[in-house]
Amino acid sequence: MDLRDLYQDIILDHGQHPRNFRKQAEPSHFANGHNPLCGDRVTVYVTLDGERIKDVSFEGRGCAISQASASLMTEILKDKTLGEASTLFKGFHAKVTGAAAAATPEALADDMERLEPLTGVKAYPARVKCATLAWHAFEAALKSGAVGATIKTE
Amino acid sequence: MTLVTTLRSDARGALDPRAIRRDFPIFERNPGLVFLDSGASAQKPAAVIDGVADYYRSDYANVHRGVYRLSARSTELYEGAREKVRRFLNAADASEIVFVRNATEGINLVAQSWGATFLEPGDEVLITVMEHHANIVPWQLLRDRVGLKLVVAPIDATGGLDMAAFEKLLSPRTKLVAVTQLSNVTGAILPVESIVRLAHARGAKVLLDGCQAAPRLPVDVQALDCDFYVFSGHKTYGPTGIGVLYGKKAVLDTMPPWQGGGDMILEVTFEKTTFQEPPHRFEAGTPDISGAIGLGIALDYLASLGRDAVFEHEAALTGYGVDRLSTMPGVHLLGAGQQRLAILSVHVDGIHPHDLATVLDQHKVAIRAGHHCAQPFMDRLGLAATARASLGVYNDESDVDAFVDALKAAQRMFNVAP
Repeated sequence: MDLRDLYQDIILDHGQHPRNFRKQAEPSHFANGHNPLCGDRVTVYVTLDGERIKDVSFEGRGCAISQASASLMTEILKDKTLGEASTLFKGFHAKVTGAAAAATPEALADDMERLEPLTGVKAYPARVKCATLAWHAFEAALKSGAVGATIKTE
Repeated sequence: MTLVTTLRSDARGALDPRAIRRDFPIFERNPGLVFLDSGASAQKPAAVIDGVADYYRSDYANVHRGVYRLSARSTELYEGAREKVRRFLNAADASEIVFVRNATEGINLVAQSWGATFLEPGDEVLITVMEHHANIVPWQLLRDRVGLKLVVAPIDATGGLDMAAFEKLLSPRTKLVAVTQLSNVTGAILPVESIVRLAHARGAKVLLDGCQAAPRLPVDVQALDCDFYVFSGHKTYGPTGIGVLYGKKAVLDTMPPWQGGGDMILEVTFEKTTFQEPPHRFEAGTPDISGAIGLGIALDYLASLGRDAVFEHEAALTGYGVDRLSTMPGVHLLGAGQQRLAILSVHVDGIHPHDLATVLDQHKVAIRAGHHCAQPFMDRLGLAATARASLGVYNDESDVDAFVDALKAAQRMFNVAP
């Protein structure tokens, strides 16, 4: 497999210039994600307006894959409902682990398409956790609320 | 003082890595493999692989039990391996060699047996900031049990141990100094002779973590005068699952068992049990017999190459690696003080070590990326992770060149080529 399938330009771009890379002063939800294997850390901040994601951002340090994944996630999740976010995570998780995925609803097809460049990780089992770290932190944030939580990939 | 530099000029050809690679089947089965991760675990020579299989085919039975000849033969091989370890460390007596699962277990044994018996609240265990988790966590667990104080000696600006600070931190309450002989993160060689002298002058015992040093440096525990020395079999070209704790006889004799079971007892009644002398006192249950025998074969193999030659070869190759890496723009080699051996840790501007390791893997260069089980040290260095190349007897300059070329390829791929 060509390494450029893993490190596509969009990944390098988001990895080196992550979007929504900022702390939120008063998020309604946040959580820390930690990958003990490599020391990657990401904090995901979420502000909900009812069932809708009004704002989502992150801070952290890590490899190009984890930073790009977090960056793309924040772009995609903004203004989505919690139900849509859950559907996207399930679909994304299936894609990067190579598992069977349910069909993506038509309304989310474009977003799923944007996550496609990250699916190169499925050929690199050691790197799948890099791609899913921010998503797991996002999920943990929704569960823990404004008190925060820390999840580990192992 | 600079061991590496002085040896470089005359040490070329101390070993023949091309011939040595033919002793290791992994290279035949993985053509083109550039293996630079011996610091995590070394590859195994055919002699070890075949020797273990042969033992199971020809000589296997449990040890220290059977009256029959096969069991006696197995016991002889197992105890013979202990004698080989004694020779490897130049210990005074084979009874000073305790077989454990790995170096980690050796340190835990010392903490739970010697430490829990002789350390009192307020006593201090002095370690260094460079330690592997295996030489930190057992002392933290003991600290929480007996209330001792864990004191950490810093490094100086060059990356070596700050000896002035170390000396100041030695106090009348210091009961144990537990330090690595060779840092698994930077390759710094610690001045363990001075450390032992200073510690003993204040009445403290010394434990040396020889995981990285034992496969690379001639080790003489009598000359070092350390009280404990641990190393792992799998980093010394032996099997996984076997490690060694050396303890001075006079010290081991004072230590109670840490695990109970068969093989470590003299007599058991339901009221009372009397225990074996060391080392068997510390080897409860059926041991890793084949592991010990495999380790013995690995130590024979190292002896056949020549311990001095192994050291000179790796010192020369380390010098070559330092020369190549320290002139690479955008690449930063972690400092190791005055003396460095076999470990070359780098961070590269604009590339996370994990991405680096993936790109290097594509070039068949196997390195370790991460915190190297030394998170407190990485925190102190201000790094989350590094990319670490570590050398073994089968490596030569072409491996270092492949590492350098792959780093350059990664810089191009991530558009950070200077």
